[in-house]
Formats: sequence, C-alpha cells, structure tokens
Amino acid sequence: MKHKGRKVYMVSGGVTKFAKSTPDMDFRLRVKKAFDYALNDVGLTINDIDGSVASYFSDHFQRQLMSGIMVQDYLGLTPKPSKRVEGGGATGGLSFQTGYEEIASGRMDTCAVYGFESMSHVNTWKGNEFIALASDTNFDYPVGGFYTGYYAMMAVRHMHEFGTTVEQLAKVSIKNHENALNNPYAQSPMKLTVEDVRNSPMVSYPLTRLDVCAMSDGAAVAILASEEKAFEITKHPIEITGIGTGTDTMRLADRPFGKVPLLPNEKPSDYRDLKYPGIHSFRAGRSAAKEAYEAAGITDPLKELDAVELHDAYTSSEIQTYEDLGLCKYGEGGQFIEEGKSKLNGKVPVNFSGGLLACGHPVGATGIMQGVFMFWQLQKTIKKHFKSDKLQLNNPKRGLIHSHAGTGTYVTVSIMEVPK
Amino acid sequence: MTINPDAKMDESQNGTEIYSTDPLIVKSTYSIDYIHSYAQDSEFFRALGKKKLMGSRCKKCHYGFATPRSHCMMCGAETEWVELPTKGKIHSYTTCYFGSEVFLPQTPFNLVLVEFEGFDSLFMARLIGAEQDDMYVGMPIVAKFKRLQSFSPTDVYFVPAKGSEKKPSAAVKKNKR
Repeated sequence: MKHKGRKVYMVSGGVTKFAKSTPDMDFRLRVKKAFDYALNDVGLTINDIDGSVASYFSDHFQRQLMSGIMVQDYLGLTPKPSKRVEGGGATGGLSFQTGYEEIASGRMDTCAVYGFESMSHVNTWKGNEFIALASDTNFDYPVGGFYTGYYAMMAVRHMHEFGTTVEQLAKVSIKNHENALNNPYAQSPMKLTVEDVRNSPMVSYPLTRLDVCAMSDGAAVAILASEEKAFEITKHPIEITGIGTGTDTMRLADRPFGKVPLLPNEKPSDYRDLKYPGIHSFRAGRSAAKEAYEAAGITDPLKELDAVELHDAYTSSEIQTYEDLGLCKYGEGGQFIEEGKSKLNGKVPVNFSGGLLACGHPVGATGIMQGVFMFWQLQKTIKKHFKSDKLQLNNPKRGLIHSHAGTGTYVTVSIMEVPK
Repeated sequence: MTINPDAKMDESQNGTEIYSTDPLIVKSTYSIDYIHSYAQDSEFFRALGKKKLMGSRCKKCHYGFATPRSHCMMCGAETEWVELPTKGKIHSYTTCYFGSEVFLPQTPFNLVLVEFEGFDSLFMARLIGAEQDDMYVGMPIVAKFKRLQSFSPTDVYFVPAKGSEKKPSAAVKKNKR
C-alpha cells in the first residue's frame, strides 16, 4: 500500500497518571486535564484545534453510550468535526492513525486525538467479563470467557514451538516494572525478581498476576498537525512517517497455518517448517509492521529503530511481538529478552515507559499514551515531563508504537521520527 | 382545566445503596434478556443434542473449518456442513484459576484448542478429567456431549482418551524454528 497524503506531525501530548480508581474525576475531566496539559505545553487554545477523534473501547464500563460527544462538549470543541473510533485493545492506536488520516487527507490542519477508559466502575471480575464480550459470544465467550485464558493458550503453544520459558516471560515483567520506577505516570512501578513473578498467584497457566497488566482509569491526548502548522506551533515537532494496520480472525480457533509474510531482513529459508501464524504468533502484528515499514522505508528494524513502545498486556505478547516486528526472527523472542536486547541499555529499548504491565491499561487511552511517551522521548523532553532524565535515551531518531486488540484481531504500528 | 400548581411527582421508597458520599458513589444495576438468534449457525447447536460436532467445508477450495462458518474465509465461496471426528488432539491448553465473574465459581477449569485429522482449523472447548500438569500438546482427547442441552457451545466438552497419560519423554522441543 502506498501512502500518498500530506506529511503529518505530532506537536504535543498529555497523559493523566493511570490509577486503579479515580472516583473524584469522571472521564470528561480526566481528558480535560490531559488536553490542557498538551495545549499549554505549546501555547495553543481550543480555537487552534480543527477537529478531533474520540478513542474509547467499551460502552459497558460506564453504561454510557456516546461518551465521545460528552468529552467533545466538555472540552469546548463543539461544533467541530469529530468521530469515535473503536477496535478493542487497539482502539488507541487506531484512533491515533485516524488522526493521522485527518491531517494527511488535508481535511484538518490540527487534530486532537483523545483517549480514555474508566474501568473502575465495576469490579475486576466483571471487567474481565466485559473484556471477554470482545470475543465471539456464540462460540468463545460461553466456553472460557476470559482473555487471559486465550493468551495463555497462545503462550503455551509458543513455548511448545520455540522452547520459550516461563523465566523468559518473567524477565519481561521485571524489565517493564523496573523501567516504570522512573515514570511518574505509571500505575505500578516495582523492582521484581523471577521468583516474585513466578510465585505471584497463577491467573491462567503459564501467566501469573505479574505477567498480566492491570485495569485502570486514565486519559491521554495527542495533538497532530500538518507540516506548515506543526513548525508554527513548535520548533520540535515529531513526524509520523508511516502507519500500518493488520487484522486477524475473531476466533483463535480459525487462525490458518500458512507461510510467514516476510520482512526485507528475512528469507524463506528462515521458516521452512514453520506453520504460520497458527496460535503462536500475531499475523496482524506482522502485517501492520510490514505496511508501516514500507511507508517509512525501514528495511532492518533492529538497526533502524531507536525505541519501541509495544502492547505488553501480557509478558508473552511482548515476546511474540518482538518477532512480529522483526526485531528478531520467529522463535527467537525468548532469547531476545534473555540477552537483554530490549532493556533500556540494550540494542533497542522496548517499553522504556514501563509499558502496559507497569503503566496500566485504560484501553482507549493506552495506544495514545504510547504515542505521547514516544513523542517526548524523540523530542528529548523526558526530563521536563517525567521530572527525571533516567528514561531519556541518548540520541533517539526513530521510534515505533504498537497497539493490539484481543488475541491479535486488530494491530496497529506507527513510526515516529525526528524530522531531518 | 389541566393546570395544577400543586402537582407533586410520585416518590419511590426503594432508596439507593451508597458506597461513598464524597465523591458520591451509588450502586446502579443493569440486566437484560436478549432474544438471541444463532441464525446460520443454528445447526451446530441443534446437532450437539444428537451427539454430533459439526464443522464446515468449503464447496470450492475444500478448506475444512472445525468451527461453523457458512462462507469460506480463504476463497469466499459457500461452505457445507460436515461432521467432525469425536477424537482429536490438544493443540494448546491452559488452566484458568481466575475468570470473568460468571465463570468464577467454575475455576479452576481447563481450556483447550483441539485439532482434528482432516480439518485445517481448530476448535475451542473445555476439558475435564485432567489437571494442568496432566495436559500436553498432542494429547489424544475425546468429545463428550451433555444429555440435557443448554444450546451453548459447552454442550460439548472433551476428556482425555484412554491411555493418554503423559509419557516421561514428552519434553518440550527446544528452539525449533
């Protein structure tokens, strides 16, 4: 697919601290706080915003339909154009890309993409039920009705195919929770050992409580702009140089067993006997990466990416995603974390922010949060926003953000770069 | 004359459960009965009552789905109903110790993805009669059907085949690509 639109830049962002429950603020006020942070950071007012995209996953959590327009109205953006975008866990990434399309098409010169979720209105187990309603309700939900269970079966198969170990899964949890120690926005920063992760309560074998992200209340806002506007607004906009989106079957059972769609740095002989994707890999993640890499001109992702923020709702998903993104070959994800390649000082820091595991996962906000953290990373303004430069990488030029919905049904990949 | 300045709205004595007064947090309840049609997939649920597991095979490209779907996702052509074998193998498995609220009383329970000889895709089901440590990829399992149907995919479930105990040599293959 060729992307032929106008150039698109991110010019500002804002995030609320993700928390288990924030009953003193509703979703509108949370978005307002993130939105004002983003506006104030570059001296914009609501009059400078041409339109918006509303990003939230479930109407069930609040039992409020059209929450999007309530935010639009609270922010003072009516009667400007807006729409709601939804695609499960990838809602944030899809909305970010919809904002990109609003600018690329020439329809808007500035677009606010706001995301939120208020998951604390129900208890955790009811929340799991609502999330599981995003699996096929005729065939999958009545049998298991639990997303961790679905991902656990994928993890077991990955372990079977490739010899991935539970200790390797635990190392993802350790890395991400530790990175979050220096991220003031994170919900659950902590220092962990392999034993801590393995000894925490088993949720669904092999995934323990510390292999799984938490539910959260939170909001995030990204402001995107055309080239001309972007450089008027800030000296340091970040260009979005490619977007990609992939999809796969709703039922895990329906995934085919075919051939790997190859990236430029792979050859057919790499995967002679591998039946793909089966349930060990996310084909949608591979498709999304392929499209985004083509648009951004990336041929060797490990060399050409300086940072990655990916959807680690489960530790196993992070390992599977290294492979989908071509940071290593299929089957090498376990070794990749084992060898520390995704650590802060590794070959390509993955989830420097702490990811979903440590930051939390207020679904509609999550994919936009990744965009904001990557924006600050590439702008080299981590110190300003995190009040510490411990997570600021040396000279990052190009980053990747990755958003993912239930068992890999929708996956988005967007590439962000410091303009040359 | 319909104008009545003394009009008073009826009040309910049901009251409201309150969790907190600052911020004010109240209990709100929602429940609904759906009139849910299984539509083109109806045959699958009816067949479970006859102890039959029905899948779909593409009339044109012959791709075999171990789940019902009336059109082929490989070529778009119509499929026809075909009976699946009642014997299969575990393609992958897990044991859930937590779950959604409705399933919490059933924990721990096993989920399996089943592969069938002659079919290209899998089927998700519950497995009973084995614990987490008993299950392994490739384990032979057998479908069983509930006598009293609830017209849910749980009308079929799986049990380990006789003699399917884990062999000591059934170790994980290392780094195969």
